[in-house]
Amino acid sequence: MTARRYQDPDVIRKVLHEARTIAVVGLSPNELRASNFVGFYLRRHGYHVIPVNPRADEVLGERSYPRLADIPEPVDIVNVFRAPDAVPEIAQEAFEIGAKMLWLQFGVISPEGAEIAERGGLNVVMDRCLKVEHARWLGRMHWLGFNTHRVTSRRASAV
Amino acid sequence: MSSDDSEQFGFDTRAIHAGQRPEPTSGARAVPIFQTASYVFEDSEAAAAYFNLQEYGNTYSRIMNPTVAAFEERVANLEGAAGGVAFASGLAAQAAVFATIFEPGDHLVVSSALYGGTITQVKHLTRKLSIELTFVDPDDLEAWRGAIKDNTKALFAETIGNPAGNVLDIAAVAEIAHDRDTPLIVDNTFATPSLCRPIEWGADIVVNSATKFIGGHGTSIGGVVVESGVFDWSNGRFPVVADPSPAYHGLAFHETFGVYGLLMKLRAETLRDLGACLSPFNAFLFLQGLETLSLRMDRHVENALATATWLSHRSDVERVTYPGLDESVYRPLVERYLPRGAGAVYSFDLPGGRQAGGRFIEALDLWSHLANVGDAKSLVLHPASTTHRQLSDEELVRAGIGPGTIRLSVGLEDIEDLLRDLEQGLEAVGREGARA
Ligand SMILES: Cc1ncc(COP(=O)(O)O)c(C=O)c1O
Repeated sequence: MTARRYQDPDVIRKVLHEARTIAVVGLSPNELRASNFVGFYLRRHGYHVIPVNPRADEVLGERSYPRLADIPEPVDIVNVFRAPDAVPEIAQEAFEIGAKMLWLQFGVISPEGAEIAERGGLNVVMDRCLKVEHARWLGRMHWLGFNTHRVTSRRASAV
Repeated sequence: MSSDDSEQFGFDTRAIHAGQRPEPTSGARAVPIFQTASYVFEDSEAAAAYFNLQEYGNTYSRIMNPTVAAFEERVANLEGAAGGVAFASGLAAQAAVFATIFEPGDHLVVSSALYGGTITQVKHLTRKLSIELTFVDPDDLEAWRGAIKDNTKALFAETIGNPAGNVLDIAAVAEIAHDRDTPLIVDNTFATPSLCRPIEWGADIVVNSATKFIGGHGTSIGGVVVESGVFDWSNGRFPVVADPSPAYHGLAFHETFGVYGLLMKLRAETLRDLGACLSPFNAFLFLQGLETLSLRMDRHVENALATATWLSHRSDVERVTYPGLDESVYRPLVERYLPRGAGAVYSFDLPGGRQAGGRFIEALDLWSHLANVGDAKSLVLHPASTTHRQLSDEELVRAGIGPGTIRLSVGLEDIEDLLRDLEQGLEAVGREGARA
């Protein structure tokens, strides 16, 4: 169900390198929520993070928009922290604003939403955390003893 | 699949490579020993982000260290876990798990056939922390099922029980635990991930004393906890894990970090507060051990089977409990869970009881008389007078130990030399018996 086809390491690494702007749908202003941890982390690592949350004016010092359609600039990744049943509509909007990828966080599993996004030509990642994947491939997840699943003898580049 | 996703690499490749990537500054091929207590922050924003756990960063070596982390990740990878946290010893690792998931008034169910030090630990730790404790016969699935109560928060057993050789039916006990939304913790010290990976059979947390086969050199004390990341700590039964934590400014570890939540809590709170961290130097030595783990385990198993078979054919020896023998009652479980071999620690009985046990050990030349297992060197011990000394007679019987029980940890020496020494030990017992 959490289809491996939506967790392709090659797709994940490519988007981590190429993306600049990430709209985080459901980004909470509460510093203890997972979405806030992820948004904070991505901003620290140089991504332009745009909050999408109708119940907040500003999150992490950035203006928050009620809907994806309200964002006045191009978006590379739409990163979703919402219940699965909200995903099909978000996927449709992600397609309409010309996003390149729909990224559904841990536990946000929506085959229907994934299909809508794919039909619109978006890449899809499902049931994966954007922060963890960044830390696995480019960051420092290995410093905390987590299993990055990586095996390579190539010298790392500085982070 | 990408070229560096470790699932496509075999166990031995991962035992050599997982957890380390040559680091950017020096390119050192060996894992460097980061012998430092602390780390300079880039700036104050970075420092705050590390302490808030918003960013993966080094703060202080009681909580994390890059050499230790390479060891933790390598064991986690080999066990098929989400991650690992290393501790100063195997017992510290176990204590840390209990301290993380238990609250006063909870209940722990453990196998009665455990390492003596673990039995002592759970008995006294649970009493001091007001946790209820029940021992069960690990072979009796109905006993496991029947022991679980509403306040039971974990089941605990060893893959291969020490020293009687009970092999745990991991999948069956895991199912019994999961039927009651309870995690199964397995001490995999005697099998190591080379011979058995309990997470693949449904265990939720695996602890290893690295002191033993993982190191393999008997130079260092250490332990490690790994977790599958699968157990739902937010199932309503573990508020101590799932609720906002007063020990970390209200962070709800499982909600915020998902599959990594328990491991984060184990590190950021329990390791921080218990302080029983593994030293970078010992982690380095354990990493050297892991590189050859399965080569060594294969030889350990070969020598263990050869000595056990030889002993089982002798008339002056009783009850050889190596589960790898064809006649062992654990044979079907060995075939399922330990197809590469049933480890290298087992016991046998000398009919002459306590006195014969002492005589035998004193006559040995090559086997080392000491309290440890899992060394390259062959080791021998008389549990009733050493590791299990603190146990009552009744507890001894429950743990499968008699007055004449001898425990062996079979090393990597030439088999002819090991057998020759055992033979002259048994002959010395025989001479003594004839004189008496
Ligand atoms: C099966 C088992 N578990 C745990 C331990 C404890 O490990 P440590 O001595 O590293 O604390 C031992 C030590 O003998 C053991 O044999």
